[in-house]
Amino acid sequence: MDVVTFLIALGLTAAMAIMLARLFAGPTLYDRVLAANSFGTKTVLFLLVFAAIVDRQDAIDIALLYALINFVATIAILKFFRYRSLEIALAQMSLRKALDGEYDE
Amino acid sequence: MSFGEILQHALFAGSVAAMTAGLVFVLAGAIGVNRLPDFYTRMHAAGVTDTLGAELIVLGLLLQASDWQTFAKLALVGLLLFLTSPTATHAIANAAHRAGHKPALSRFKPPHPKDAGSTSGEG
Repeated sequence: MDVVTFLIALGLTAAMAIMLARLFAGPTLYDRVLAANSFGTKTVLFLLVFAAIVDRQDAIDIALLYALINFVATIAILKFFRYRSLEIALAQMSLRKALDGEYDE
Repeated sequence: MSFGEILQHALFAGSVAAMTAGLVFVLAGAIGVNRLPDFYTRMHAAGVTDTLGAELIVLGLLLQASDWQTFAKLALVGLLLFLTSPTATHAIANAAHRAGHKPALSRFKPPHPKDAGSTSGEG
């Protein structure tokens, strides 16, 4: 489109590369999840800018889908590494614990 | 120069300003995530800048939108990011806190009050 949009896309790519360094180097699981989530947000932004550069609005739909999947994936990873299972219903679990008076693990 | 042209130029200038500011925030967040010493400080860098930088870049693209479908879809992405990004950050912080992660305070801990009293020369 114009040179400014292209430079924005270039800067977003640089930010994604820096975030990848933390993703691979992160000492704990939560650093990695945080970096992956942030990388996903930057991917959404890059897709939006890319849609403006090539002037095709289909990429915005992909960005919307990617934002949804990114959020769900983050929550799923956190849930799996806390309960070691994806079968537990989160709402029922915390409700049961609150009723038993032992909400704090 | 007609009023329409002036409006168009103003919209483009606002769009460039918003997108540049958003890129500055996003780059600052990425550098902060790499440079800060502790998980919680890194989370602060990523969580705060991601929301604001993303919203600013989406706002800049909204000002450039050519038709109303593009405008609506961009607004939808912006609303979604505005809702999910802080929620995900909060979930990560909650999970780390529940897993027993402590903030790394050793480098920044103030001296004990007794030691501070004895060294600051009370007598």
